[in-house]
Parts: sequence; structure tokens; C-alpha cells
Amino acid sequence: MIALLTRDLILAIRAGGGFGLGLAFFLIVTILVPFGVGPESAILSVIAPGILWVGALLACLLSLDRIFALDFEDGSLDLLATAPIPLEGVVAMKAAAHWVTTGLPLTLAAPVLGTLLHLPVEGYLWMLLSLAIGTPALSMIGTFGAALTVGLKRGGLLMSLLVLPLYVPTLIFGAETVKRALDGLTTATPALMLAGVTLATCALLPFAAAAAIRINLR
Amino acid sequence: MASIWQYANPVKFMQTSAKVLPALSVLTAVTLIVGLVWGFFFTPDDYKQGSTVKIMFIHVPAALMAINAWLMMLVASLIWLVRRHHVSALAARAAAPIGITMTLIALFTGAIWGQPMWGTYWAWDPRLTSFLVLFLFYLGYMALWAAIENPDAAADLTSVLCMVGSVFALLSRYAVNFWNQGLHQGASVSLDKEEHVNDVFFYPLLLCMIGFVLLFVLLVLLRTRTEIRTRRLKTLMARERMT
Repeated sequence: MIALLTRDLILAIRAGGGFGLGLAFFLIVTILVPFGVGPESAILSVIAPGILWVGALLACLLSLDRIFALDFEDGSLDLLATAPIPLEGVVAMKAAAHWVTTGLPLTLAAPVLGTLLHLPVEGYLWMLLSLAIGTPALSMIGTFGAALTVGLKRGGLLMSLLVLPLYVPTLIFGAETVKRALDGLTTATPALMLAGVTLATCALLPFAAAAAIRINLR
Repeated sequence: MASIWQYANPVKFMQTSAKVLPALSVLTAVTLIVGLVWGFFFTPDDYKQGSTVKIMFIHVPAALMAINAWLMMLVASLIWLVRRHHVSALAARAAAPIGITMTLIALFTGAIWGQPMWGTYWAWDPRLTSFLVLFLFYLGYMALWAAIENPDAAADLTSVLCMVGSVFALLSRYAVNFWNQGLHQGASVSLDKEEHVNDVFFYPLLLCMIGFVLLFVLLVLLRTRTEIRTRRLKTLMARERMT
């Protein structure tokens, strides 16, 4: 399974675009918002947590269809499905690789982009933490969506329709954590809920995603 | 031996539903007409809300069925996954458009009522928001059905989506509670609480709710029959092409 993880990571890096595209998209979304909303720092600093979270979510969505598509096309997904390791493990590793290539860079980039949006100082730590806690859930849910649509010719648009509603709880708890930090309230409750969502998705969704892949490979 | 599973046989299902449908249609029509007419014309105006209160006779039953339709889809999906009865999968597929219509009716009647009462068509209230999320879930479910060509794979995948979606829909329901305080009043009708709407409103409302349940069952039966016929037709056409 570790070998699979390193394989996916190397593929993502060598094929290019794995890191870059999601990050660039995140950057562009964040830059576009002030053009739409206006440059007043008072407004921007209020909406910054939400914008950064929504931006991260969309950037995450962008790279989802590549989780299984290439492996499905060249047949390595069939090999992985018949391999001695359980398919659930394969799915979990795919999600982990997706997180390392998108979730983690997004998390690390968020404070920098927070500066652009005048995110108040109190928010930085929790922005970083909430994204670090929440993005694994985004990757895992996205992997499930990708598994559902892997056999489809043009699954990308459909997948966003399937995946985005599933992102609602993660988004709510994540953005709420940062908002509470800005208001000087205690952040423990939403942060713990966010961690709960992440842990539950990582525990349960590999099974659902593996079931979906088995159906699609049938 | 009579068992509920004998209706999983499409032929048996078609026969029985054909017998049930006329009676059920009449019953639904009578219940709905009596309930709605009673509710609209023979109940007093509310002392605060005036006659706008009467929209509740559509709003509440539609909201009830919007949620229960998803629940029915979940049960039907589980039956499909466990016992592989095609009628069950088709019934789940048939229920989705009805459920999404009920969701829309609930949202729109709520908006019409909300404008004079809350002064706004839309508020990001937990109940309203979770209905909007439910609407998105229905959309995704139907889109997935439409996108996959192999009927068995489509039934399997939508069933998995329905199960996962149910968990997330519940989770979203409580997450939005956490996210914003509500404008929407609590439940006006419940089995275990002391507080109820006045009997004057309660009986026609109850009749409307029963009417909507019957309407839902009727429409699901009708649509399931259509789905079965569509599938038979496809098989026939495929066979024609073979010879």
C-alpha cells in the first residue's frame, strides 16, 4: 500500500500539473473575489474565511476526476482490483495521494492568500488548522465521487453535482471554525465536529467507494 | 404462501398494481379534494397570519413527502442491494422525480408564505437550507441514473449514492442548525408533544397529509409501471434487432 502511495505521488509530480493546477486555481479564485466584491479591507476580512474555504473546496474538486480516470483507461485499476491488497485499501491510498498533492499544498498556501484578503491575525492559525483537519475529508468524499463516475465518458460535471452537496457539512464546520476564531470565541466545538467528519469519512467512505469501483469494473 | 416478496416479481407487480390503481386514484382524489377544500374554504383565518396560513395545507404535506420520498428510496435501494429485485430499483428510480417535485413545492409555497410573514422570500434558515441541500441530493441522484447506460450498474451505483447521501443529508441537517439560527417555526404537528395546532386546522391538515401520502404512493406505482414497461419495450426492440 505504501508502494501504491509513492507510485501515485511520483506519477502526480512527474506528470506535472498535479500540484500546480489546483494551487493556481485556488490563487485565481482568491484574486478574483476582490475584483467582484471590491477592495475594501473591512468587507474582505469578514468574508476571507468563507472565500478561502470555498476556494479550497473548488480547487480540490478540479483534480478529482484524475484519481481513477487514468488507471481506469490503461487497465491498471483492474490489476489493482485483483491485487492481493483489499480494494478499500487501494481507495484509501488514492485519497491519501490526492490529499498530499492538493489538500496539503492548499492548506500551506492558505495563509499567504489570507494576506491578500486581509484575513485578521487571529485567523491564521485556525485557517491553517481547519484546512489541515478538513481537507482529508474533501479528498475522501471526492474519491467516492470519482469512484461512482469512473466508468463514464464525461463524468466530470456530473461528479461535481454529486460531490458538492456532500461537501456541505465539511464546509460549514471548517468556515465556522475560522469565523469563531476571528470573533474571539472558542473554536473547539466546530473544530472537533470537523475532525469528526474527517475521521468518519476516512473510516466509512473507502468501503462505499470500493463498492462503487467493483460495480464499475464489473 | 403469501409473502411481500411475491410482488418483487414484475408480472405479479403489474397485475396487482393494475387492480389497485383505480381504487387508489379515486381514494386519493377524494381525500385531496375534501382536505384542500375544507382547508381552504372552511377554516377560519388565523388572527395573526390572516388567510396566508392556508398555504400550510399544501406546504406541510409536501415537505413531509419530500423527506419520506427519500426515505422510501433508501429502503428500496437497500432491498435492491440485498435481494436484487428489479422492481425495487425501478421504484426507487420512479420516486426521485416525485420527491424533487415535492421539495420544490415545499420551497416555493414556503417562499410565497414567507414574503408577507417574514418579509422575505428566502432566509438562510436551517430548515430552508437543508431543503435546498435535499434538492441538490435529488438532482445528483437523478443525474447519476440518467448518466449510466447499463441498468444494473446504474441501479447499484445510485443505491450506493442514496445510502451515502442519506448519511450526509442528515449530517447537513444538523450542521446547518449549528451554522445559523432559524426563523422557521417548530413542528406544528407531532405525535408526542403537548402543543399542537388547533383542531380546526388539524383535521383538514391531517386529511391533506394523508392525501399527499396516497398521491405519492399512486404516482410511484404509476411511474414504476412505466419504468417496467420501458424496460420491456427495450428488451423487445433489442430482440427485434437480433432477428
